[in-house]
Amino acid sequence: MNLGAALVDGLRDMVAVPSVVYALGAIGLNIQFGFAGLLNFGSVASGLVGAYGASIAVDQGLPLWVGVIIGLAAAALLGLLLGLPTLRLRADYLAIATISAAEIIRVIVNSARLQDVTGGPIGLTGGADDFFAVNPIPEGRYGWGSFSFNQNTLWTILVGWTIVIVLCLFVWGLARSPWGRLLKAVREDEDAARSLGKNVFKLKLQAFVLGSVIGGIAGIIFMFDGGFVKPDFFVSQTTFNWYLVVILGGVATVLGPPVGAIVYWFVISVLNSVLTQVIGDGWWIFDTTDTGAIRYVLVGLTIVLLLVFRPQGLLGDKDEAVIGE
Amino acid sequence: MSDTTHAPDDGPILIADGVHRSFGGVRAVDVEHMEVERGSVVALIGPNGAGKTTFFNVLTGFERADGGTWRFEGHDVSGQAAYAAARVGMVRTFQTARVFPRLSVLDNIRLAAKDQKGEHLRSALFPWVWRRQEAALGERAAELGRWVGLGDKLEDRAGTLSGGQRKLLELARGVMAAPRLLMLDEPMAGVNPALRQLLLDKIRELPGEGITVLFVEHDMDVVSAISDVVVCMAEGRIIASGTAGQVASDPRVIDAYLGGSSGDLRDMADELAPVVDELYADGRTPDSTDSDGTDSDGTDSDGARP
Repeated sequence: MNLGAALVDGLRDMVAVPSVVYALGAIGLNIQFGFAGLLNFGSVASGLVGAYGASIAVDQGLPLWVGVIIGLAAAALLGLLLGLPTLRLRADYLAIATISAAEIIRVIVNSARLQDVTGGPIGLTGGADDFFAVNPIPEGRYGWGSFSFNQNTLWTILVGWTIVIVLCLFVWGLARSPWGRLLKAVREDEDAARSLGKNVFKLKLQAFVLGSVIGGIAGIIFMFDGGFVKPDFFVSQTTFNWYLVVILGGVATVLGPPVGAIVYWFVISVLNSVLTQVIGDGWWIFDTTDTGAIRYVLVGLTIVLLLVFRPQGLLGDKDEAVIGE
Repeated sequence: MSDTTHAPDDGPILIADGVHRSFGGVRAVDVEHMEVERGSVVALIGPNGAGKTTFFNVLTGFERADGGTWRFEGHDVSGQAAYAAARVGMVRTFQTARVFPRLSVLDNIRLAAKDQKGEHLRSALFPWVWRRQEAALGERAAELGRWVGLGDKLEDRAGTLSGGQRKLLELARGVMAAPRLLMLDEPMAGVNPALRQLLLDKIRELPGEGITVLFVEHDMDVVSAISDVVVCMAEGRIIASGTAGQVASDPRVIDAYLGGSSGDLRDMADELAPVVDELYADGRTPDSTDSDGTDSDGTDSDGARP
């Protein structure tokens, strides 16, 4: 078995664009779920709205920077529309409302009847052309062996991780402010915060919209990956993967989401390589096509073990995770 | 508590009229009229299920009223949201102390301060806007922490405090919110005798700092020790008010605790027998069954005043 090749695959995928997208999606979700305690099970919808907002705008002939603004505004609006009626309700209602909304939006975008606007199941291409046009990196492949990217992917990776760093600083600044403290307090006891004159609803709405906009950024970076958007990526599975990344990295930590994303993609990729090599053309009861499924079984098992033995994730504070009422 | 600049109004600080609230067919709260005198300590007593906590919840916006009006400091605050009620100066605590377990004791108190610049999202990322206020509030919070005897626990997470210490923390936090009226829901519930006296002393200090106190309590020793006025509720209504002595000897009050005319309440009589005993026992000390499991540290009352 070639373990070296598997490791190289892992190293490549942990910095590649999907990892950036997961880190961004998880940063947004971490503000909502981690810091504010809001169970958003449709966080991928903000990515969809961001990506499609930008793509549709470009498709209609607008420049990309306008498209990006439209995409992010649409993600903010989505957060507002979802948050206004549901944030006053109990946490489980929010979870149900958000997962439904995310599915509804995806099905609508996927509709063949809207093909002229959204591209239907085929999606939209060309949204990232303006972005690649300003790419300063000369054409070519960069890296060694299978650890290499073409100039456009490398450009997206560099811009993407820069945005991740900026957003981490942003979250760090918020978390250490009185606003961040209040958000933590609301997560722990809403009624107590209300009894002290804090407008809990407004605070939750702010956190929700903020997380939604960052989800929109994740969607736009996703579009930059291949230069196209398709509805397939924006399934609920992606939201759950973002949850996994947040929990893996450490809920309500600043660096948890990027660390979680990097580790997640490294593990997934190495497992994929190893399993492909081990199973080959068939082994025991497994067929070649089963590697994907086994990979996720192993990831699921890891998460269960992680939650049992290290609920605070990789970076979380043990006390923070276990201190009771 | 330096806020003594409010209008030297002599009228009652809180006036409630016709406040009622039903659950199913039961009128949980049905208060025709109630006033709280400014600068007084008022106890709200009554048997279990009398509607005291529901009345608290309604007044503070935690529960909707079916009807009625209540005026606070002359302003109509009926039906206001809970946070709005707190902002005008009606701050409440809860029957089981509700602290923010993962925040430090100091942050628990500091959080309660009003008008914090850094709590606005637009200025949260600019520490120079809020840093000075934050430091000043920290000093004030530490002072209040010491005032309730939690001076050596300021950096501990509130989740590590005992039940009684949480009650003290809640009191400090309530005072930090600069209330005109502090509404304490069973401040002594779950507090062991060692902390009890400290808590009583602190509550008694509040009127001198311009804070009127309205509190719900079961323990008649507590009630007669610190209250100027006692109001008794039963089946949602106010059935008596006056000094502790007057109310304790009022036949309607005794009736309410014993069961009186209502068959449903008769079952409650056994449960309430100890309370009635205390009503009649002159100068009796609280019996040993009052003590609870909470530990007794954190009582370093160093005399610091807010």
